[in-house]
Amino acid sequence: MWNQNKRTICNLLLVAALILTLVLIELLAPSTSMWFSVLRKVCTFALAAVSMNLLNGFTGLFSLGQAGFMLLGAYTYAILTIPVDMRSNVFRNYGDSLIRFQMPLVPALLLAGLIAAFFAFLIGLPVLRLKSDYLAIATLGFAEIVRGLVQLQNFGPVTNGPDPINMFTAPKNILVYAAISGISILIIVLIINSTYGRAFKAIRDDEIAAEAMGINLAHHKRLSFIISSFFCGIAGAMMAMCNTSVSSVSFTSAMTYQILLVVVIGGIGSISGSIIAAFIFYASSEWWLKFLDLETYTDAGAKIPLLGPGFRMVVFSILIMIIVLFFRQGIMGTREISVYDGILRIKNLFMKKSVKGGVKDE
Amino acid sequence: MNILSYLIRGLATGGQFALVAIGYTMVYGILKLINFAHGELFMVSGILMIYIVADFPMLPIWLAIFLMVVLTVFIGFLIEKFAYSPLRSAPRMSVMISAIGVSYLLQNLVSYVTGGLSKQFPDIPVIGESIRIFGVKDKLTVFLSPVIALVLMVILVWIINHTKFGMSMRAVSKDFETSQLMGIKINRVISITFAIGAFLAATGSILYFAKNTGINHLSGANPGLKAFIAAVVGGIGSVPGAVVGALIIGVVESLAKAFGLADFSDVISFALLIIILVVKPTGIFGEKTTEKV
Repeated sequence: MWNQNKRTICNLLLVAALILTLVLIELLAPSTSMWFSVLRKVCTFALAAVSMNLLNGFTGLFSLGQAGFMLLGAYTYAILTIPVDMRSNVFRNYGDSLIRFQMPLVPALLLAGLIAAFFAFLIGLPVLRLKSDYLAIATLGFAEIVRGLVQLQNFGPVTNGPDPINMFTAPKNILVYAAISGISILIIVLIINSTYGRAFKAIRDDEIAAEAMGINLAHHKRLSFIISSFFCGIAGAMMAMCNTSVSSVSFTSAMTYQILLVVVIGGIGSISGSIIAAFIFYASSEWWLKFLDLETYTDAGAKIPLLGPGFRMVVFSILIMIIVLFFRQGIMGTREISVYDGILRIKNLFMKKSVKGGVKDE
Repeated sequence: MNILSYLIRGLATGGQFALVAIGYTMVYGILKLINFAHGELFMVSGILMIYIVADFPMLPIWLAIFLMVVLTVFIGFLIEKFAYSPLRSAPRMSVMISAIGVSYLLQNLVSYVTGGLSKQFPDIPVIGESIRIFGVKDKLTVFLSPVIALVLMVILVWIINHTKFGMSMRAVSKDFETSQLMGIKINRVISITFAIGAFLAATGSILYFAKNTGINHLSGANPGLKAFIAAVVGGIGSVPGAVVGALIIGVVESLAKAFGLADFSDVISFALLIIILVVKPTGIFGEKTTEKV
């Protein structure tokens, strides 16, 4: 019990250190720094990945509908937060917007999540009866349907048809993103550690056994699907803020695959893994590997072969393949980060004796 | 355009999707894997054709096509060897993720090579020429596609049902371990399955891109997804099912265009997918499976 407390305290310290780092970056980094755009993206996709992990990693429901739910969230948020006097300008191709008011950020975010959750409820009624691959296909199909419908001219006064929506509230401060993402992830963690979370894991490990133990399969699957979609909707709204413009073309199945890759790299069934992976994924694809896209010359004037536009993504996808093939567990496997266990492990390393029960997978 | 020409166009697209769909369905039948990279392979074979024709202009077109098909089959074989066979004993989800990784890699590779630009597909003589049948004037590829798809399907079904190799394929799809015990080299069977799938995708890509000329690194995603829907609608695992499903999808989309619902055509095919999955998850030709505890 005492160890458990120590663990919690250590993890809280880690979170505090993270927050402090973010504050320092926000205050000290020059405004042109890559940190800002990368961290905004990381916060967004960390939440998307964690919510996907809740469904795929903790409940064992292989769903590929993330892009659809993110689209719903992004559109809801964007439509609701355009200032009233800007509306006729944004919706100029469709006369005027049907919605004539502006919402503050937090209620709009919540509504973004709720709309996504509501659609998850509707689509979940028929689709959640399907098994593994079939569920993946059906949810993928759902995402494509949503994308197709949003673009329709008939919905123009609400969704602006195929034209992008912009001019909505889009905070720049990374702390806002970190707060939204952090609170959402905290709630997901609390859910996973509750009785519901245990039921989800039981379903993942063995549906039939779980049912035999008295878990209502349909109810819990639906619950997990709705919760995951709710946070997906919020992640979608955050993505809208990041890009300052929303257009249905960006919510393709390729985006779902990208989130899935983040989950896999982090470890299916590890929250902290998803967060770390989101950071590594977006920091390296948008920043650290950027130099691969530039044609570089040596001092002698010779061109370094291969470097050029698009090479970054080739290298990046090869790295992903290596992880998928040879490090199937991802960075964290199903473990969670724990500072206390880390300290114990280092201590053991130095004292050269093994303490039993110090490092335990939970 | 009258309704008949829309119908024929629909059958043509359906025939082209069918060739891709067979690849999905065969791989799923044997490995229980949704080969997400198959649509990208389809696109890569189109790109290969462009580069072969551009780099070796003196090559006769039939030789260029032959070379392209051989290369595509080889790539299909390589994908299986490097990305799927190491994961033979891994959970199904890992293999599926590996497939997604491969499709990501192929897209990025092609984008790097082409600079992300759309490339013009070369003119293929004979099938690119316009002719008039039943009062409908269109390129020959349009009339030829469903016929070729059906002929190849019949040949394939014959191979599966009446040859020794077909028998080993059926055995492997039923049970890996038992068929291994019966002396079947499962890795060889799987490789050949992928090669057949790649061959059909290459054939499909010639027919498809001969009328839709521009290709870029994203051109494979939509046909791939459609072909996959077709395979599911027809009953994944069944070769005739894939062809029937593809023809249905092709005709439905074309008719949607005929009735002025062009924006809606994607939505209709995905809606069809979900309805089929909910009403009859195993598709039109699929066999019912029961899960054992």
